[in-house]
Amino acid sequence: MRPVTALLLPLAALLLSACATVPQRPLYDDLGGEAGVNALVELLLVRISDDARIAQQFATVDIVHLNDKLVEQICHVADGPCGYTGKSMAEAHAQLAISHADFNALVEDLMWAMDQRGVTRSAQNRLLARLAPMRPDIVVP
Amino acid sequence: MGAEGTPFFGWPAADRRYLMTAGQSKQAFFRRTAWLLAVVSVGTIATPAWAAQGRLLATGGASQVEGAGGGGLVPWATLSGYGTREQEGGAVFATRVDTGDYALDVQGAAFTFGNRLELSVARQRLDLGQLRRQLSLPWQSLGQDVFGAKLRLAGDLVYTRPPQVSIGVQYKRLRDGALPLALGARDDSGVDAYVSASKLFLRGPGGYQWLLNGTVRSTRANQLGLLGFGGDHKAARSLVLEGSAAVLLAPSFAIGVEYRQKPDNLAFAREDDWRDAFVAWFPNKHVSVVAAWAELGSIASLDHQRGAYLSLQTAF
Repeated sequence: MRPVTALLLPLAALLLSACATVPQRPLYDDLGGEAGVNALVELLLVRISDDARIAQQFATVDIVHLNDKLVEQICHVADGPCGYTGKSMAEAHAQLAISHADFNALVEDLMWAMDQRGVTRSAQNRLLARLAPMRPDIVVP
Repeated sequence: MGAEGTPFFGWPAADRRYLMTAGQSKQAFFRRTAWLLAVVSVGTIATPAWAAQGRLLATGGASQVEGAGGGGLVPWATLSGYGTREQEGGAVFATRVDTGDYALDVQGAAFTFGNRLELSVARQRLDLGQLRRQLSLPWQSLGQDVFGAKLRLAGDLVYTRPPQVSIGVQYKRLRDGALPLALGARDDSGVDAYVSASKLFLRGPGGYQWLLNGTVRSTRANQLGLLGFGGDHKAARSLVLEGSAAVLLAPSFAIGVEYRQKPDNLAFAREDDWRDAFVAWFPNKHVSVVAAWAELGSIASLDHQRGAYLSLQTAF
């Protein structure tokens, strides 16, 4: 078998296996439920405070409030049993000059935190896919 | 190493023979080794302060054989390096494809302004190896320089719903057009123009991130241009399709395939479409390695050209 064919086969197998859809657990459960999301957000905020690229942006933020709103929002976005009671993303970031690089730095910190928490690749990608469309409301236009 | 010979930069003698294609001088081998070392050291030591690398890992892609940001054979809509719209970025790379009969070496660099405009240069050298021996040619190799520009028109690979779309041009100039012109080529220089659309699906099949790219190119180039531009069989431009599909098994690791349609302009030898299957590793935003198996079909009358492809890139 030629090497090109040899590599095509696993790709095709991946596609096929994905098409044979099994009912998926709610993302919230894959993130570890309430305890998992709490721990994830805490880890994320610690990571951000150590991230020289963006720590400054959070210097004047009420971290306890931010922690609560982030937990609520991730729970909500991940189909958990929460409503989001915070400001809209556009409102919350209107006064901040967040660049594309700042936004990506936070995404990298979130990916690091999810790795640390042992969140599966598939669950990580599901959460990223749900958060990604918020970027236009968060970064400076 | 023992009977295999003395160690040389850690490579056993057998590997050294593989890297040194028949007919290629020791000098050329040293030149290439020096270039590879330079490629690695530029990225690991000298990342300048203005290159803050604000884009996500692997979104700069690799450097394709003509020097543009892309996969291995196909240019993508992504721009080289990791700069966001408020940063500069770029890449330096070295690539080698060895089919046994031929060996293609490419070195190049690209600079990207504000994730908007990419300027690139690449130097290609095709060692004629077997063809030279068969035909007793007085040329050992064919070479050309490629000057590229790519403009991102719209979209973002990761964040926008429509794909990232870019247009690009590649001006190619043979260093010595005598052999290609003698074989029926019309010109010793030419311009390719292309449009590429690339999109990363964050939640693709199997729960993985998938990258899809499609490129349409207008070209007169024979075998990238190494065999000249236009020919006695067809002198006019051709519109060709190119595509890539890759799955990111991890943020730093991707496997994928590529396809590149080619024109068929020369009467003396058929030209086939190209394809490859690759693995790409991005240990960090400074260094990446792409290893591939390339099926290049018939090249200048020698059929079944296939072999290993290796590309080393450093980005800033």
